[in-house]
Amino acid sequence: MLINILFYVYAATLVGAALGVVLARNSVHSAMFLVLAFFTSSGLWLLLGAEFLAIVLVLVYVGAVMVLFLFVVMMLDINIAQMKEGFTRYAPLGALIALVVIAEIAYAVWYRPVDLNLLGAARVVEDPSNTHSLGTVLYTVYVYPFQLAAVLLLLAIVAAITLTMRQRPNLKKQDISAQVAVRKADRLQIVQVASEKRP
Amino acid sequence: MIGLPHYLLLAGIVFSIAVAGIFLNRKNVIVLLMCIELMLLAVNFNFVAFSHFLGDLSGQVFVFFILTVAAAEAAIGLAILVVLFRERRSIDVEELDTMRG
Amino acid sequence: MQSLLLIIVLAPLAAAILAGLFGRTIGRAGAHSVTIAGVATSCACSALVLYRMLAEGAPTFNDTLYTWLVTDGIRFEIGFLVDHLTALMMVVVTFVSLMVHVYTIGYMHEDDGYQRFFSYISLFTFAMLMLVMSNNYLQLFFGWEAVGLVSYLLIGFWYTRPTAIFANMKAFLVNRVGDFGFVLGIAAIVYYTGSLRYADAFAAAPAIATHAIVPWAGASWNAMTVVCICLFIGAMGKSAQVPLHVWLPDSMEGPTPISALIHAATMVTAGIFMVARMSPLFELSPTARSFVLVIGATTALFMGFLGIIQNDIKRVVAYSTLSQLGYMTVALGVSAYSVAIFHLMTHAFFKALLFLAAGSVIIGMHHEQDMRKMGGLRKYMPITYLTSMIGSLALIGFPGFAGFYSKDSIIEAVHAALEGGQVPGAGYAYFCVVVGVFVTAFYSFRMVFMTFHGEERMDHHTKEHLHESPLVVTLPLVALAIPSVLIGALTMGPVLFGGYFGTAIQVLPANDVVAKLGAEWHGPLEFIVDGLKSPTVWIALAGVATAWYLYLANPALPARLGETFAPLYRLLDQKYYFDWFNERVLAAGSRWLGTGFWKVGDQFLIDGALVNGSARTVGLFGALVRHLQTGLLYHYAFAMIIGLSALLAYILYRA
Repeated sequence: MLINILFYVYAATLVGAALGVVLARNSVHSAMFLVLAFFTSSGLWLLLGAEFLAIVLVLVYVGAVMVLFLFVVMMLDINIAQMKEGFTRYAPLGALIALVVIAEIAYAVWYRPVDLNLLGAARVVEDPSNTHSLGTVLYTVYVYPFQLAAVLLLLAIVAAITLTMRQRPNLKKQDISAQVAVRKADRLQIVQVASEKRP
Repeated sequence: MIGLPHYLLLAGIVFSIAVAGIFLNRKNVIVLLMCIELMLLAVNFNFVAFSHFLGDLSGQVFVFFILTVAAAEAAIGLAILVVLFRERRSIDVEELDTMRG
Repeated sequence: MQSLLLIIVLAPLAAAILAGLFGRTIGRAGAHSVTIAGVATSCACSALVLYRMLAEGAPTFNDTLYTWLVTDGIRFEIGFLVDHLTALMMVVVTFVSLMVHVYTIGYMHEDDGYQRFFSYISLFTFAMLMLVMSNNYLQLFFGWEAVGLVSYLLIGFWYTRPTAIFANMKAFLVNRVGDFGFVLGIAAIVYYTGSLRYADAFAAAPAIATHAIVPWAGASWNAMTVVCICLFIGAMGKSAQVPLHVWLPDSMEGPTPISALIHAATMVTAGIFMVARMSPLFELSPTARSFVLVIGATTALFMGFLGIIQNDIKRVVAYSTLSQLGYMTVALGVSAYSVAIFHLMTHAFFKALLFLAAGSVIIGMHHEQDMRKMGGLRKYMPITYLTSMIGSLALIGFPGFAGFYSKDSIIEAVHAALEGGQVPGAGYAYFCVVVGVFVTAFYSFRMVFMTFHGEERMDHHTKEHLHESPLVVTLPLVALAIPSVLIGALTMGPVLFGGYFGTAIQVLPANDVVAKLGAEWHGPLEFIVDGLKSPTVWIALAGVATAWYLYLANPALPARLGETFAPLYRLLDQKYYFDWFNERVLAAGSRWLGTGFWKVGDQFLIDGALVNGSARTVGLFGALVRHLQTGLLYHYAFAMIIGLSALLAYILYRA
């Protein structure tokens, strides 16, 4: 019963937060609503017994990704006043379409249950430690995809740096290879000076 | 009793809101990126829910990978955004029509 | 046996490679030494093979030496089939080739392309041997095309002469027409039997004959008839039968030894040989044999007419070759395959002799070929005169000479077929071959009289230098003159009636005209006596007498006759307008058709409509749909969500 109440509270909050992301005038507010959505999702995932993912969601998304978003939002000089121009004109259409899709999904989910007996209770035998069992799977069956994911992250780091790096025109810097490759003749000029006669 | 359909419907609602957000938002690329994060979250919801109700951990592993990809996507997306703003002094979606046929 | 056969084939090839690729290194003497050694080896080994077959009763050799590739059950092989027929051909080919090699030393000694020439003729010997020794259609076709190639190279041997280039192109193109039929015939055999080997095709022949080809509704052709006519079209190209004969007279542009070797004695008889080899197939198709008969008879008579008005000494011999090939084809048409091969053999000797004698005359006349500028050469060139007289007597079938036996056999065979009454066209053929005897005798002795008798019409300068040809020229003449006289009398009995060919040539009992001849055969001398009683010898002598009257007794008459019968003379002079037809109608028509295909099919349809047209269509479509591309993100998102909901609705509706 408590779990039911918790689900509905969290679900309502999540939907509200999602609407907030879309409707907020200020991008900072949108970002904050998104943080709220992540927090409530994390709570819902806890209800589903996915403790590790719930923690990761908070740590990675709220702790890293959303901070990045806020960072960029605040760094860029954006004119907030005209941010929502034209919004109201298209809002009814957007709402209509969203409602249609929701109705279709609801129809599919409620009235067309797949033959899995999914409406019944969860069949998962609650493992005392979700983290432990997830780690077991991750480091045995999925070890190569896991490594690939690591490489992907590295790639993203490199790509992000490459994209944003700026070459300033008057920057002074060392060219190591040029320094190494230098020859004596490039730097040193020996001049034969005529010696003066001793007075 | 909260079953799988509840979670699936919740994920569907979040997904639809995010899609509508992409459609409605015409001024700010950052919000577009946030909407994409929301959509990914909705998809992750499905994975976690199915994983729970089918008793199979693979779904959670996939969520793990999706989170990884989403983080990478956010980083690169924001980097592109910064470059874009540097070039055009604006992140107005309506002005991004270089690909007009 | 196998290594012996390999030596026969490979010795000329090795010699050709040595003389061709290393000609400059080994020099002129080296080139002719090595090629003559190669061909002499080949000739000796061929004689040994024939000896083993005849004296020791060696069995037929039929084996595959090398499998080139196997695809879809069809084996592409190199193999030899050596039976009595092949052995005979091998000896004829290598012997004539050897004589021509020796003769060439004298004929070509001033030419710059000396080594090249020897290389070519050795290569020709190799190709011809591959052709006759083959045991499968692939190798037959290889030899067939290889001799065609060498023929092309040799007709255009003096490649700076425009006429030579024209002639070799013509020979090559006309042969392509024949090869087209030949390839179709081979393809049909492979289609019905799934094998390229002769043995499989012969075994399956009765089965093939039961098939019918329906090219269009209402028509039904016997498959064997189609196969045989296709194969014979190939033979028509190679053996210069009407209407594919046009290349052979022009091929006289090549050096005379070549005219003797390739365009008289060996290559042009490949078609005759092939049909004889395919006798188990041709026996099953009376229609095809009648076709062969009519074509051969037409060639025999009408090409002989053309020989009457030629003034070029080589062209006279060339037209006589055409006519004699017609005789052989007639023999094939009446199922007298062994007679055809017999005439092929005797003809190879006396026609090579005639050509080489003509070449000797040409050497003496400093490469003057016009008979109107000759005359009275008898005094200056006695050996040449004597040998060409022997050759001409053999050609006209004078009793006792080789040609008499073979040619009379052909006429007798046609007569027997006519009496049997089972071969349509035999009456026409009989008329043609009998009249042909007169024509042959007439033009042969016209040539002899114009060249060796009568007043001396050559200019003063030529007359001073006129003398008999050197030994290397006269020796082959003598060596060929001996078989031209004797070979008929010596071999007629065993070859035709002694069962020499055994199973190599198969004739249905009902068609076996040779057996009817055999019933009346009592020996060569009696054959002469019989021949004297028959009209053909007297017809031939009448031809000789006519020639004597017109060209020696009353030399002014031919010109008057030519004026009196001007339209007829023009028809003959224009060679029945075959060349005119080919150039003005076939060639021009093909060019017109090709231009049409190029302009309409290629430029308009393919380039214009398909290639550029499809590009233009895509461009047009793109120009229209580009307006859908606004470049705005939310439009794409909108399209995606509409598509998503529509797809979802469709799936839910279907489920």
